[in-house]
Amino acid sequence: MSTTSVMGGIVRRKEDPALIQGKGVYVDDKKFHGELSVAFVRSPFAAATIESIDTSAAEALDGVWAVYTSADVSHLGPNPAQVPVGALRPLLAEGVVKHVGEAVAMVVASDRYIAEDAAELVFVDYDPGEAVVDLKEAFTDAVKVHADASNTLLTWNGNAWWAGVIELPDPQPAIQESKLRDDAIVVSLEMTNQRLIPTAIEPRAVIAEWNDGYGSVELWTSSQIPHAVAGAIGITFGIASNKVRVVAPEVGGGFGVKLNVYPDEILVCFASKQLGRPVRWTETRREAAFSSIQGRGWLGTATITGTSEGKILGYELEVMCDMGAYTHNFTVAIPLLGLFVASGQYDIPTSYKLHCVTTNTMTTDAYRGAGRPEAAYYLERIIDVFSRRIGMDPADVRKANFWPPEAFPVQVPIGLTMDSGNYAENLDSLLDRVGYDDLKAKRDAARSEGRLLGIGLSSYVEVCGFGPSVLVGTAFSWASYGLPSAFNGSGVVRVQPDGTCTVTIGTGPSGQGHETTWAQIVSDGLGIPMDNIEVHHGDSLDSPMGVGTFGSRSIAVDGSATFEATGRVREKAAVIAGHLLEAAADDMVFEDGGAHVAGSPDRAVTWAEIALSAYQPHTLPEGVEGGLESSVVFSPPNATWPFGSHMALVEVDPETGDVDLLNYWATDDCGNVINPMIVDGQVHGGIAQGVAQALFEEAIYDSDGNLLTTSMIDYALPSAENLPMFSLDRTVTPTDSNPLGVKGIGEAGTIGSAQTIVNAVVDAVAHLGVEHIEMPLRPKRVWQAIQDARG
Amino acid sequence: MYPPNFDYVTPSTLDEALAVLSESENAKVLSGGMSLIPLMKLRLVRPATVVDISRIPGLDGVVDHGDHIEIGAMVRTAETAGNALIAEHATALAEAASATADLQVRNQGTTCGSIAHADLAADQPAAVLALAGTMVAASTRGTREIAAADFFVDTLTSALESDEILVKIKIPKGGKSVYRKLGRRGGGSDYPIAAAAVWVDTDGSTVADARIAVTGVSSKPYLASESAAAMVGTGGSGEAIAAASSHATDGVVVLEDLYASVDYRTHLAKVYVKRALEDVLA
Repeated sequence: MSTTSVMGGIVRRKEDPALIQGKGVYVDDKKFHGELSVAFVRSPFAAATIESIDTSAAEALDGVWAVYTSADVSHLGPNPAQVPVGALRPLLAEGVVKHVGEAVAMVVASDRYIAEDAAELVFVDYDPGEAVVDLKEAFTDAVKVHADASNTLLTWNGNAWWAGVIELPDPQPAIQESKLRDDAIVVSLEMTNQRLIPTAIEPRAVIAEWNDGYGSVELWTSSQIPHAVAGAIGITFGIASNKVRVVAPEVGGGFGVKLNVYPDEILVCFASKQLGRPVRWTETRREAAFSSIQGRGWLGTATITGTSEGKILGYELEVMCDMGAYTHNFTVAIPLLGLFVASGQYDIPTSYKLHCVTTNTMTTDAYRGAGRPEAAYYLERIIDVFSRRIGMDPADVRKANFWPPEAFPVQVPIGLTMDSGNYAENLDSLLDRVGYDDLKAKRDAARSEGRLLGIGLSSYVEVCGFGPSVLVGTAFSWASYGLPSAFNGSGVVRVQPDGTCTVTIGTGPSGQGHETTWAQIVSDGLGIPMDNIEVHHGDSLDSPMGVGTFGSRSIAVDGSATFEATGRVREKAAVIAGHLLEAAADDMVFEDGGAHVAGSPDRAVTWAEIALSAYQPHTLPEGVEGGLESSVVFSPPNATWPFGSHMALVEVDPETGDVDLLNYWATDDCGNVINPMIVDGQVHGGIAQGVAQALFEEAIYDSDGNLLTTSMIDYALPSAENLPMFSLDRTVTPTDSNPLGVKGIGEAGTIGSAQTIVNAVVDAVAHLGVEHIEMPLRPKRVWQAIQDARG
Repeated sequence: MYPPNFDYVTPSTLDEALAVLSESENAKVLSGGMSLIPLMKLRLVRPATVVDISRIPGLDGVVDHGDHIEIGAMVRTAETAGNALIAEHATALAEAASATADLQVRNQGTTCGSIAHADLAADQPAAVLALAGTMVAASTRGTREIAAADFFVDTLTSALESDEILVKIKIPKGGKSVYRKLGRRGGGSDYPIAAAAVWVDTDGSTVADARIAVTGVSSKPYLASESAAAMVGTGGSGEAIAAASSHATDGVVVLEDLYASVDYRTHLAKVYVKRALEDVLA
């Protein structure tokens, strides 16, 4: 029985006092006695053969302990945590390099400064070869990244998800037939969804200590997936997983960049084992640009066939997706994730064709949204182009094609089932709140004065909250990592003998506020005050078997496990309290830090009294075991399907092309909400990263494969001054796929926002003859588009 | 992001600092460190000795000398942005300072440091050019004054000798000035893609004198002398401004980078000269 009301309420974050005071412990704060430091020697070439490596001068430098190359580590095999499609990244380059920044040698020294000095003394004789960076060029195989393989790793042509699992009819005949209709209007546009550098405020950092006495290793790493890292290390070194402790303490931002197992995580363990000392490496900001994964990097053509009344008869998307030189944790799976939401909120025949293409660049992998922002971008941009072509309001076109609420559950073209959705209500709610008609009038009035205002709209649907086991276990089995998990959630709730509570979860935050949100779930269920609940996470041995934080999955999956565990603890506590109060367990009410008999608040026991009894079994009723804790693994029956509608108002400077984002509104639906402040924070950050893609950020490689954006000078990360206050609201359509009715909100803001901005900017200049501008919409591009349109 | 070893000295007097500089083969002056330290961390600059002047008394003042104001070597960019004397008598410099980087950088970095660094796209150099500032350089050989127009030699290269410290800048009073920019992150945010500082002295409605400086456009901040000359003697009409701004890039090589083509940057230089002129004459 829920008797407190912290769930659904704004509760200040428990974790903030320590973090704000600089007292949170991140990897770099954790000091080991006698630790050594690593610097990597990295390739300056995107494609080269390594003729020789001379480490003698580096090894001779005072303070240098070791210099390792592939000759020292290749026996460990490649990092096992990589999708086995395409080339696997070796721990250190083996005779060839395939992208700028690839690690060639590893220097270990008594401090980082000496290590960097020594790295400059490692002489690598490269024979540069020809690199291929351009996607279309790579697709031709004229220059191969890996000599013995096509650059195209995988082509997905059709609409069946994981062939053999779910087969659906091919939509292409119907789409092609609709193009022959007399009233058919076809719009088609090639668009780039540019490469991005995910930028966490804390770069990646690792420190390992190998203990020969125990035959064990402890690795602290800034990671979203400590259990998977532990699995990979166990496999690599041939030791049992219970001898590997991987700790992800405070993590300063993840966004997918820390959702990989990286060679350095393995290499510091190796070096520690060899040298008998703890070994540390912390990524520099420059290294973060080219040696941690990047995101997006798609080039595609979106085509809509529809009628002048706004009915969409078919949607086709064909994309080339840049995988980089090696595949990592998910890499080729990211574009496939876009499949799930290719047709968005719409009842439209959809065909999705993709090619995963290798280039001489850093690997791409999951970046906030991971396949879903890209899919939403193509669909919602081409709907805007279509709307303009037929002269219909883009909101009306969207409404004409939404799945109606009564259609749910809906099988999406790719084969999964969307359990719930209420799209028209959500969009209407946004339009009412914004005052859409007034906004359009304001835009038109400004335009008559020569000012370029534009309104952008996007709907989106997300798929997240992964599991379910049947899908993920079939598709993404991580068994090869030593992690037999199909993306279950896990939670352990333990009441301590003093009546306080410890919650241990299989996921962990990288800033999202899990400690507060999880404490709210437990406090709500047990009536234990928030301050008496501690949430622990991020230790591969002490946390329950977990998967990690990504895909907006933590609350739906691990949160549900904790909710179920809380219920089981409450059931047992009711038996104990009833026994202590000589009343029926069913009559127990939990609130105000204890339990009392329903209707008799004075007949009460505190949680300390209940817990003390639980740990003194002679005081328990017959047949009740001692202890007061529960461990639950939750496997959801389905993914979750958040959705929403976003709108932006921009003004374009006609003389310079400078875009001013004046207002941003979002109405999201993530089901039930546990902490509105935390959910708003997630939406804020998500929108900021989507706006960043639309207006500012781009990882730029030149044709030789040199990354030109390796610092914040060249990679324009926005700051608060570049963004307006966002105006947020929600509709609430709970899912029945988990007991909390929650869907996840970590990525929604990003999935909805980039195309909202582009739609707005194009709206501001469309009357001049501009149909599309490629992201990021830097002033030069907007200005050039205006110039080109004016001829 | 880890520099090689270097010696670090913290002299307590200017003479002591100058002595170290004169004796050292490869020394660099550190004030706020917002330009020098990133270059050292990237190992692009490798000084043998870093001379930290932040503990030398007397370098942190903004002083009114009647016909001019003086800005000391340790005056932080944030103070330049907020100082009332500078706002009144060197408005373009106050505006350029407030448009520099972010608050943390402005709190740490110094105006003189930014000018001595001579970045081709820094904000404050354009203002001291337009305001006809004088740089006062000290060394064990004595003190000399360098006109702003002679100070910026090339990208990251000023007229300072390796044993000299830029101890202060003198800005003459009089006239009106503004600074207008388009930054890399839109609006006034980040390094300028193009920016202009404009100073004018008016006689009634006639422009008696003008100086126009442009930054972010070529290999160094420069005076757009033809634009300025075109303004002098005019009444500041729209036509006069348009004509003057059309000369904004005369005689310079306009740079291309990730943020601008040559055509776009040339256009922007003209737009920002025009906007600055419109605003200063408004």
